[in-house]
Amino acid sequence: MIDHLLTIVTFLPLAGAVVLLLWRGAPDNSARSAAMLTTVVTFIVSLSVLGKFERADAAFQMVERATWVKSIGLQYLVGVDGVSLWMVLLTTFLFPLSVLASWTVEKNVRLYMASMLVLETAVIGSFVALDLLLFFVFFEALLVPMYLIIGGWGGERRIYAAIKFFLYTMAGSAFLLVGILFLFSRSAGPVGHGTFDIQQLMSVAGSLPASTARWLFLAFFVAFAVKVPLFPLHTWLPEAHTEAPTAGSVLLAGVLLKVGAYGLIRFNLLLFPEASKYFAPAVSILAVIGIIYGAVVALIQTDIKRLVAYSSVSHLGFVVLGIFAFTNQGVTGGILQMVNHGLSTGALFLLVGMVYERTHTRDLGRMGGLAVVMPWLTGAFLFAVFSSVGLPGLNNFVGEFLVILGSFAVNRWFGALAAVAVVLAAIYLLWSYQRMAYGPIHEEHSGLPDVNLREVLVLAPVLSLLLVFGVFPKLLTDRIDPTAKAVVAHVSPDHLTDVGAGAVIQANGAAP
Amino acid sequence: MIPTPKLEFVPILPELFLCGVAIVGLLYEAVAPRSERLWHLALAMAGLIAAALATFPLWHWAGERTVMGQMVSVDRFSVVSRLLLLGIAATGLLLGTHYFSRSGDTYRGEFYPLVLFATAGMTLITAAADLILVFLALEILSLSLYVLTGITGRRTSNEAAMKYFLLGAFSSAFFLFGVAWAYGAAGTTRITAIANTLAGQTGNQGLALLAFVFLAIGFGFKVSAVPFHQWTPDVYQGAPTPVTAFMSAATKVAAFLALIRVLDVAFQPLTWDWTPVIWALAAASVIVGSVLAIAQSDIKRMLAYSSIAHAGFILTGLTSANQTGIRAAMFYLVSYALMTLGSFGVVMLVSARGEERTSLTSYAGLSKRSPLLAGLMTLFILSLAGIPPTVGFVAKVGVFTAAIRAGHTPLALIGVVSSVVAAFFYLRVIVLMYMQEPQGAFEEDRSLLPRVAIAIPAILTLALGVFPGLIVGILERASILRW
Repeated sequence: MIDHLLTIVTFLPLAGAVVLLLWRGAPDNSARSAAMLTTVVTFIVSLSVLGKFERADAAFQMVERATWVKSIGLQYLVGVDGVSLWMVLLTTFLFPLSVLASWTVEKNVRLYMASMLVLETAVIGSFVALDLLLFFVFFEALLVPMYLIIGGWGGERRIYAAIKFFLYTMAGSAFLLVGILFLFSRSAGPVGHGTFDIQQLMSVAGSLPASTARWLFLAFFVAFAVKVPLFPLHTWLPEAHTEAPTAGSVLLAGVLLKVGAYGLIRFNLLLFPEASKYFAPAVSILAVIGIIYGAVVALIQTDIKRLVAYSSVSHLGFVVLGIFAFTNQGVTGGILQMVNHGLSTGALFLLVGMVYERTHTRDLGRMGGLAVVMPWLTGAFLFAVFSSVGLPGLNNFVGEFLVILGSFAVNRWFGALAAVAVVLAAIYLLWSYQRMAYGPIHEEHSGLPDVNLREVLVLAPVLSLLLVFGVFPKLLTDRIDPTAKAVVAHVSPDHLTDVGAGAVIQANGAAP
Repeated sequence: MIPTPKLEFVPILPELFLCGVAIVGLLYEAVAPRSERLWHLALAMAGLIAAALATFPLWHWAGERTVMGQMVSVDRFSVVSRLLLLGIAATGLLLGTHYFSRSGDTYRGEFYPLVLFATAGMTLITAAADLILVFLALEILSLSLYVLTGITGRRTSNEAAMKYFLLGAFSSAFFLFGVAWAYGAAGTTRITAIANTLAGQTGNQGLALLAFVFLAIGFGFKVSAVPFHQWTPDVYQGAPTPVTAFMSAATKVAAFLALIRVLDVAFQPLTWDWTPVIWALAAASVIVGSVLAIAQSDIKRMLAYSSIAHAGFILTGLTSANQTGIRAAMFYLVSYALMTLGSFGVVMLVSARGEERTSLTSYAGLSKRSPLLAGLMTLFILSLAGIPPTVGFVAKVGVFTAAIRAGHTPLALIGVVSSVVAAFFYLRVIVLMYMQEPQGAFEEDRSLLPRVAIAIPAILTLALGVFPGLIVGILERASILRW
């Protein structure tokens, strides 16, 4: 039982989904509670994964391997390292909150909750899969529930947004599939069967000619760049985020985008180190453009949800910039930023959703003075805003700082431009808060209620983590560092320095 | 004195059973004042089961590889082919029985014998070891299908039958012409003998290539590969839905399996020459099928274009002229049969009486009116689109792997990009079912028979998607064509 911890975490939600799907005529509240129960239990089980994790070990842990179909090389192979561990925990942490935040969904509750649970299995599966085809199966499978959630329970233009989301992602992963199958066909000897095992494929990929490896890098890269999303492949994101129901936006920003960034680290960097270095300048330039572009476009948004969506484009640019710096600080910062962005932006989307449920508008021009009627809600909002702009002492600061530091060492322009975006983030987020919370209140908003107990239960865990990870980033970096070092050593050994990352974290941890 | 070939009937017992039972069915129809559907169904099912039971022992056949004067080959390839086709026929019969029970006026008892005759032709074509027999079997199945297409006597149905017949006769002529050229090239019509002649460089290679081209046209028509696909949408739309389900699944399976034997045995020595042709047919089919399906407003037409695209995917697997390719194509055929039977089955249930509701708009809000049908349709559509964890995904991975291993990476790229295009129109059906409001009243069809007929493909679509190993081993052994 305990040997199959990862499998249990992965498929527990799916079991819940099957129960929900078979339970015809389940009362809405039972469906909600069943989903809640499943996600909470999944979270608790995932905590024991954290407990079992050896922090100093950079190798894959808790590996489970089973032959699936031998003659075509399929196998079930899962495991976690310092990157995927936190991604799994972030996922299992955000799902119960999203389910709780979706308590107000009234339409077809059973199907909605079942989609959420299927989505959770697919996302966790993508993070733990160590077999390329198994990863692809989860990666592709997560489109369907997300598509249903956006298209079935979203805003006015939900169908357009859902189809755009699906087609963009699928178009990207089409190339990924060809890349995977190409690697597979090269892994097969004259007689033996091929394999999709990434650890074995690393040597296969290493023996390919440089030009082939570069093409394969691009095939993988497109799929993940769409998901991240990296400029200029980001155009599905504002639509999908804006039209999705609150929980959909939270999960999109919180975990789905991370699948893309995770794919870059796990597959592009590990399989094609030489090609990664070759393309690093181009990728970094795209990331910097994304950082600035996302921030500038966020500045001019009047729709609060769109604004947060564009801020995601900007923040994910940081992640990619950090990863492709190939320095210890950069990679650690990038991974840290993946977790932190998931929490901060998740919190922001939750809060935006709560505001929307009250005011029924996302238009900043039609809000104002909300701090008077809902001081707690706007207070929580301000807290999340502070976290998102990278206020020292809150979680985002450490990650952003490490990324800027890490990329500065490689190219000071990248570091400098990224730093500018931090200022822009402060402007657009604080300004949006100002337009929402201060000023004269609109008449129809004067009687709105403040947070209720359910919403407190949704917000309290995530807001407290913003503080905890701000003050004790070591909780995260302890387990990330060995993996980050291994990644850097693999791709760019000459950048391997131990100075910086640890020292900065120490300093920040002590500062507040 | 002419030596007479030794006759061994055991290997063709399945066909004998099918034809025998079909003749009994025809007599019953002629003698009985008013035939009973269920008697017909029971009789036909008994025939299929008898044929299946006669097929199983052939898996361990120890006699000659070809029997009946070297006309019929006995190998595991044909065993698996027969079983698959018999399964498709059984599902088709169940769907058909329900279809006729709903609209009594168009009921015709000949449906059952005709399906059996068509099935006999199909099973025979996959076992044929001589081009003459391939042609003969092709005619048996085609003639039965022409009649089946027009069996309800509706105007559209008759029109479809006429169109199918005229174009089909044309393609048969091409095929026969190809057989003649093959004889000219190799001095024989035996599939293995052609291979031996061509391999020994004793035949005329130029004539052989010409023969291949004509045979390819004939097969291209039957499997509806572009540019020989024009009949497909009209016939699929016009034929009664259960006939469409049976025809689209079984014809494609049978014709492809026969094509595999012709390509990978008879013309195996000319692999380098025919691969580019198959490559081009594959690319054209996936592109045209996927793109034209977008513009359709009728679900049967949409599925028809999608079946053209699927023919292209199977051809993609065949560009790798080896056992990997054959196995991938066979797996794809199994999955294609499951998805096609299932999706047309749902179409039949949604279209209520007759063929009234086959437009895409009648799927609006289906999830509210009938969650089960909507759920099943979603499953089949996801499988058609190749989304994991359905069987369609595994099948696509198989054919693309085969193509890439054979060095046809560009073709795989064309395939995956077309899959994305195809996803667009598949998604539209899901949008309609789940994200839009129902229009008009809808009485859910609650009869048991068709549900069983759809539930089996549905379960297999999922089961084989998660555990493809259930059949991969069998297909692996079946995909060895010895000669």
